[in-house]
Amino acid sequence: MPELLADAPWMLWSIALPLIGALLVFLLPRRAAPIGLSTACLTAATALAVLFQVAFDGPRIYRVGGWGAPLGIDLMADGLSVIMLAMTAVVGTAISVYARVYLAGTPEKVRRFWPLWLFLWAALNALYQAGDVFNLYVTLELLGLSAVALVALTGSAPALWGAMRYLLVSLLGSLSYLLGVALLYHAYGTVDLALLGERADGGLILAVPLGAMIAGLLLKTGLFPFHVWLPPAHGSARAPVSALLSGLVVKASFYLLLRLWFTFVPEGQGLPILLGSLGAAAIFWGSVQALRQRRLKLLVAYSTVAQLGYLFIAFPLAGLDPALAWGGSIYLAVSHAFAKGAMFLAAGSIMTQGGHDDIDELDRVVDRMPLTLAAFALAGISLAGLPPSGGFVGKWMLLQAAMAQELWFWAFVIIGGGVLTAAYVFRVLGFAFTESPHEHEQHEVPLTMEWTALLLALGAVLLGFVAPWALPLLDGVLP
Amino acid sequence: MSGGFLFAFAGLGLLVIGAWALVLRAHLIRKVLAINVMGSGVFLILVGSGSMDGGAVDPVPQAMVITGIVVAISATALALALVLRIANATGKPALPEDQDRDLMDEEGR
Repeated sequence: MPELLADAPWMLWSIALPLIGALLVFLLPRRAAPIGLSTACLTAATALAVLFQVAFDGPRIYRVGGWGAPLGIDLMADGLSVIMLAMTAVVGTAISVYARVYLAGTPEKVRRFWPLWLFLWAALNALYQAGDVFNLYVTLELLGLSAVALVALTGSAPALWGAMRYLLVSLLGSLSYLLGVALLYHAYGTVDLALLGERADGGLILAVPLGAMIAGLLLKTGLFPFHVWLPPAHGSARAPVSALLSGLVVKASFYLLLRLWFTFVPEGQGLPILLGSLGAAAIFWGSVQALRQRRLKLLVAYSTVAQLGYLFIAFPLAGLDPALAWGGSIYLAVSHAFAKGAMFLAAGSIMTQGGHDDIDELDRVVDRMPLTLAAFALAGISLAGLPPSGGFVGKWMLLQAAMAQELWFWAFVIIGGGVLTAAYVFRVLGFAFTESPHEHEQHEVPLTMEWTALLLALGAVLLGFVAPWALPLLDGVLP
Repeated sequence: MSGGFLFAFAGLGLLVIGAWALVLRAHLIRKVLAINVMGSGVFLILVGSGSMDGGAVDPVPQAMVITGIVVAISATALALALVLRIANATGKPALPEDQDRDLMDEEGR
């Protein structure tokens, strides 16, 4: 029995289960929430099972239907894949528990949320385990379509506009990526990532398709200056959806970017420095915009723009010790998923309680919702990179990589961005401790909502202690 | 010049036309159409690149294009549903920055 469980095709189940669950919710809309939540928990369990399989036995390949490439589809899971799978599992479970309580009052939203979210989860799990560039395109589109539909769930005009803009950008990004796939196939006669890595030899014939793919993915990740679609979409969605989009969905296109980068290892210093500079610009622009926002959810959304910039700082730093820079960037991506998920959930609780999210009018939230405010503060600690949080580990690794090569500009960007992050987090905390002159409505917030946000934020802080076990998983994946 | 090249260059042309309309047109249905034209361009490039050597036609790009068409149909359906919802909610099928524009672009004619 243990051998049977240890060798079971969990990779396949992590994709099939959420798909089955989504269809079941469609068929039994009255039971949407219980079916949805139990599918979510089972999906998380399968993803963690893949994590254990890879942690103990090394990278795995699963040939769907026994066909094998090039006729069939191969699933592939290595250290990077399972880190992203596990991140999705933990953050996804927390958001599912929160969403069940948060949406309880609006039955028609419950019926639509669960199938879309489970489709989205299936797309994420498939994307992290896809082994060829064309299946990656299909999963990318699945992901984009369900994410857009989730934004439109709110139903208000700003949310619909946000969803429409997001859809157009997302489709443009995927088309650019697909163009790259077409040119790659024409040049090398395969779409398999491993084979492409062996055959690709650099030069213009690789640069053009790779450029098209990277441009499309930057558009989807929302790196400055391609971020304009992100704050309206993330800021106008319902709280659990915002948490999903900011925490998980933008990481998928970043993962794909890393995957391509590790496969082809582009030569030259121009592109890494360009990506790093865009990242630096994103950190400053996103933070300044976050400081200027009046609405809490938009502040958190602009903070995502800034924190996404950090992930790209690794590109110009990877020269001397790739493991240090890339490890830091990936660790930062994971802890941002935890922290930003918690932050959006906390913002959702605050909005439910007071009926608004004006930062100036937070009106002593600390008295009414100490747990939620603690969640917000802990998430802020991880975003700003204070020890012992996951954000600290990621930023420290990047900083070490910068210092070792005496690249002081990047070190300055990393530290300066942390100070700016602390500034906008404390701006919110400040108003949460001050009384507002205006009266506001008061609603009851279920304790489940407060606790899920707090536990997720606690996870973001405790991630710092998991680094010694998580980082060795990346051995052999990094170039 | 083989047929494959002709397809690929026609695809490139469609891509440019689509991108141009996507940026300049305000009416959301026109933007959705523009994305579709761009998609057709990419599909043509894919199909064309599979038959450039003049020998046997490579079937793999054709399989990819079929999958791509399925994706494009789903995306178009979602986009059109969104356009309808936007038109119903705001009375105008356009993004906020285009709310004051003449959607049919008839002023110049």
